[in-house]
Amino acid sequence: MGHGGGGAMSAELVEQLFLPAFRSRDGETPVELADAAVLELCGSRIAFTTDSFVVRPLFFPGGSIGDLAVNGTVNDLAMVGARPWCLSTAFILEEGTDLAELRRVADALGTAARAAGVRLVTGDTKVVDAGHGDGIYVNTTGLGLVPDGVDYRPGRAGPGDVVIVSGEIGAHGVAVLSCREGLEFDTAVRSDTRPLHGLVAAMGRAGGDIHALRDPTRGGLAATLNEIARDASVGVDVRERDIPIAGPVADACSILGLDPFAIANEGVLVAMVAAEDADRVLDAMHAHPDGRDAAPIGEVTANNPGVVAARTGLGGERVIDLPTGTELPRIC
Amino acid sequence: MGAGVPVRSRAAPQESRRRRRLTVHGLVQGVGFRPFVHATATDLALSGWVCNDAGGVVVEVEGAVRAVEEFGRRLTADAPPLAVIDQVEATDVAPRGEAAFTIARSRCARPTRPARTAVSPDVATCADCLRELGDPADRRHGHPFITCTNCGPRFTIITDVPYDRPATTMAGFAMCVACAREYADPRDRRFHAQPIACPDCGPRLEFVAPSRLVHAADEVREREDALAAAARLLLNGGVLAVKGLGGYHLACLATDAAAVSTLRRRKRRGDKPFAVMVADLTAAGRLASLDREEAAALSAPSRPIVLVERRRDCRPVLAAAVAPHSADLGLLLPYTPVHHLLLAAVGGDQPLVMTSGNLGGEPIAADDADARARLGTLADGWLRHDRPIHIPCDDSVLRVVDGEPLPLRRSRGFAPLPVALPLPVAPTLAVGADLKTVCALGVGRSAWLSGHIGDMDDAATLRAFTTAQRHLERLTGVRPGALVADRHPGYRSGQWARRHAEGRPVRTVQHHHAHVASVMAEHGLDGSEPVVGIAFDGTGYGTDGAVWGGEVLIADYRGFRRFAHLGAVPLPGGDAAVRRPYRMALAHLWSAGVGWDQDLPPVAACPPTERRALAHQLATGLGCVPTTSMGRLFDAVSSLLGVRHQADFEAQAAIDLEACARGDPDGLAAWRGRYTFAISQPTSGSPLIADAATVIRALARDLRRGVPAAAASAGLHGAVVALVVDLACRARQAHGLRTVALTGGVFQNVLLARGAGRALRTAGFTVLRHCRVPPNDGGIALGQLAVAAATAAE
Ligand SMILES: [Fe+3]
Ligand SMILES: [Mg+2]
Ligand SMILES: [Zn+2]
Ligand SMILES: [Zn+2]
Repeated sequence: MGHGGGGAMSAELVEQLFLPAFRSRDGETPVELADAAVLELCGSRIAFTTDSFVVRPLFFPGGSIGDLAVNGTVNDLAMVGARPWCLSTAFILEEGTDLAELRRVADALGTAARAAGVRLVTGDTKVVDAGHGDGIYVNTTGLGLVPDGVDYRPGRAGPGDVVIVSGEIGAHGVAVLSCREGLEFDTAVRSDTRPLHGLVAAMGRAGGDIHALRDPTRGGLAATLNEIARDASVGVDVRERDIPIAGPVADACSILGLDPFAIANEGVLVAMVAAEDADRVLDAMHAHPDGRDAAPIGEVTANNPGVVAARTGLGGERVIDLPTGTELPRIC
Repeated sequence: MGAGVPVRSRAAPQESRRRRRLTVHGLVQGVGFRPFVHATATDLALSGWVCNDAGGVVVEVEGAVRAVEEFGRRLTADAPPLAVIDQVEATDVAPRGEAAFTIARSRCARPTRPARTAVSPDVATCADCLRELGDPADRRHGHPFITCTNCGPRFTIITDVPYDRPATTMAGFAMCVACAREYADPRDRRFHAQPIACPDCGPRLEFVAPSRLVHAADEVREREDALAAAARLLLNGGVLAVKGLGGYHLACLATDAAAVSTLRRRKRRGDKPFAVMVADLTAAGRLASLDREEAAALSAPSRPIVLVERRRDCRPVLAAAVAPHSADLGLLLPYTPVHHLLLAAVGGDQPLVMTSGNLGGEPIAADDADARARLGTLADGWLRHDRPIHIPCDDSVLRVVDGEPLPLRRSRGFAPLPVALPLPVAPTLAVGADLKTVCALGVGRSAWLSGHIGDMDDAATLRAFTTAQRHLERLTGVRPGALVADRHPGYRSGQWARRHAEGRPVRTVQHHHAHVASVMAEHGLDGSEPVVGIAFDGTGYGTDGAVWGGEVLIADYRGFRRFAHLGAVPLPGGDAAVRRPYRMALAHLWSAGVGWDQDLPPVAACPPTERRALAHQLATGLGCVPTTSMGRLFDAVSSLLGVRHQADFEAQAAIDLEACARGDPDGLAAWRGRYTFAISQPTSGSPLIADAATVIRALARDLRRGVPAAAASAGLHGAVVALVVDLACRARQAHGLRTVALTGGVFQNVLLARGAGRALRTAGFTVLRHCRVPPNDGGIALGQLAVAAATAAE
């Protein structure tokens, strides 16, 4: 089933199954949907998030499930502006999993956590019968502290905002896919997995009004922009030409008939920034090693609420959909 | 419309003097109906009044009993040429004894019940107006906005009903004394002609040229100068934006190779053919050999673009870039006074390229500011005017097959004329499909179709869709209580429907079922008996999640059963498979077990890295969906035969393959039986499967033997015709059905439409083919309405 693809179907599961089931006692649905929840606790604002990792293969060019498990959760915290503080980690192992492989995953996870500057503070391990799992699944949960004055939420995106992407898109999805499928392209593509809280902190220090941040993981840029358009009831107009994408990634997408906008990233963020502050924030991003390729790619508009449109190289304006999970041609 | 119109009458006491109220439904506004009523009543010495209301035209006549009776007869028998009367309701009322017959003010707009007032489509300049246009003694000599009750803009300038000047974009032009006199004179041809104007009071033509191609000043406001400057720009090889009825065109000399190439490059049009406007039928006859039906279609009041076979000895010689690789030429005749004057200014025998003012896939530019923004870099100058276009409407396109029209795009000149529905429907909006989108508003027995909106890939089209749909609601006064969309989960039209549902139900109809229902509906079938629906197109979402498009359905309006389909092959990589037909060719070769050897054109056309990745995709199913599409088979064979490997637009490879076969006129007969689809039935009760692998293998073999592409292409066409007949015969045997409906974009192919039609008739079938809406996805909305009508009660 396509429910895990990060596109229309997973959104459907959340909205129609989980949210109604998770209503609180006073009938309200859980807090605003974002990468992480921000909660008041003893006068501090705590960011809290969890994520599970099921990627296959476990190791791929540029990273591993261990890197993703740390960086993915760290980035979810970073997207609400939090400074990541600590992580828990849980493993679900299939009976018979190779211990040497598990050790490599654990090492990678530890290395990534040290690199990101977060502590692994608690954890859990479960073993399921052979045939009931697929080797190694990892879950991490993260806590972080949101500094005073920081308020990044999709709902704050508003008409006039400049849409900025922090780097070249599509690398992670293509790297994993080509590794899994044993595809060889002329140039090997490496995953972009990396922690982004350093970049976010640098952006914050620039002093501009950043309205929203998102990391376009599953479902790619297309899913993320559509979610923002929907949640903030705004239109998003991007310029296809300005969206940074590495040549080999574009080539691989073209060969496989994939839409680079719908491909997962693990080291890129999208920012919605007040127009007058965009240059300042961009300068700060360019000065940071993880934001060297940052580029303004479009604007938030009041026309077409809920619709993401891309001005194409040909001068047209094409609608970018929420990916449905499968590539079905619409062309008749 | 004559004697067959139903007249409902309620008996009234017999008196020597009688007053009767007649309510006329149908296309009766904007066609000179009230002047006609006035003239008829006056002629019969009747008193009373006539007025438009949102439901039609209401008349009360009073006078001698015989005269009143005679009036009722003439009302339908002598109605003006553009009027279409659906129904007349007549009631006797108490005499009031007024002295004269008058035209009363229209009754107020919002109808109390679903309105059935038909708004007229736009109508080409009539012969009377043309005569005045060319008559130096006439006060409208050379007037670019000459119209009368029999011609001129309608649909595109009407902002609301009832149709009266204040409800048009002419509202801002105050009539001069002379025009007002004509407007008020029941004996005048311009009596109540809403867009009436003259040089003293009408819209102004102007030429705006930011370009150095023109030596005159930048802005010329004088009428003659505007036309002269525009003509000079064209003769100097420039590209001119011309404001027409439903939007802007881009024009250039069709004989000027450099100008045509410039336009093509600027419009980023790829190889898509341009339409050519010529002054008259004589000029058309020098470019193409026209039969009687084609000539009639070209000069009809709707003035569509007609695709005709071009003459080899065409004069003057058109630039090759007008319609590269095409056996056909899209011709059209002038339909506004501006066109007539412009062609005359350029020189009567100069054909002009006339292509919609837009970039590929976008809706036509109609708003002046929008045109300036979007065409700014495309045109060297503008010939425009200050009569606003309220609703954009692109040119209609048709071709003639076996003496019958085959619409390819139903738009200007037809929209918003309703198509009759075979069953009544509660107010429903059908949103169509995603390409060549048309939406339709159904109420009662009428389906009100919008003009051609465009491809929903485009954000501007999405906005145009909303506008078109609102305009339809306004003209009909109908607020749909339900919506119906295609079943494809990714269609934007469907997303639009869900986003705008506001609590109303959104039903879905399978794509090919809608295609079949569409052709059934336009032929008025009541649906009591199913038909054999042959729906061949590029892509439609199947009930099994696969991409369908080579379907034989046993269908009525209520449902369908899949009787047969093409064997499934993998469609690798979504839209990439459509844009690069060589991928489809390699998929078909792979499915047919033919090795990818370098001597085969699609193998050579596919870069080695892509070929390796493609082999992997086909072997593992990565990014592949199964497809039974006939359109994609044509794409594949087009690439296999080396005709076209990459497509700028949907179906381009297939269209070129048809042109290739037509290059060998004898090939169709000679190669008829050369290739055959193998038909099998995996399990009893499951659909029959027509396997293209046998055809693909034979084509590859012939290609290697040096058989020319034209002959092989003719052979494929023959094989598809034979397949259609074979499957129809099997359906007749199994289900006793004798009516075959041909539908889907593939039947725009004239060889297939003609070949299958004739062969089926010879085999004893009744053949239904599209003649009012297109076989392509422009016809889907009508089918969706018909299905909704039949199934709403369930
Ligand atoms: Fe279709
Ligand atoms: Mg996450
Ligand atoms: Zn006229
Ligand atoms: Zn006047």
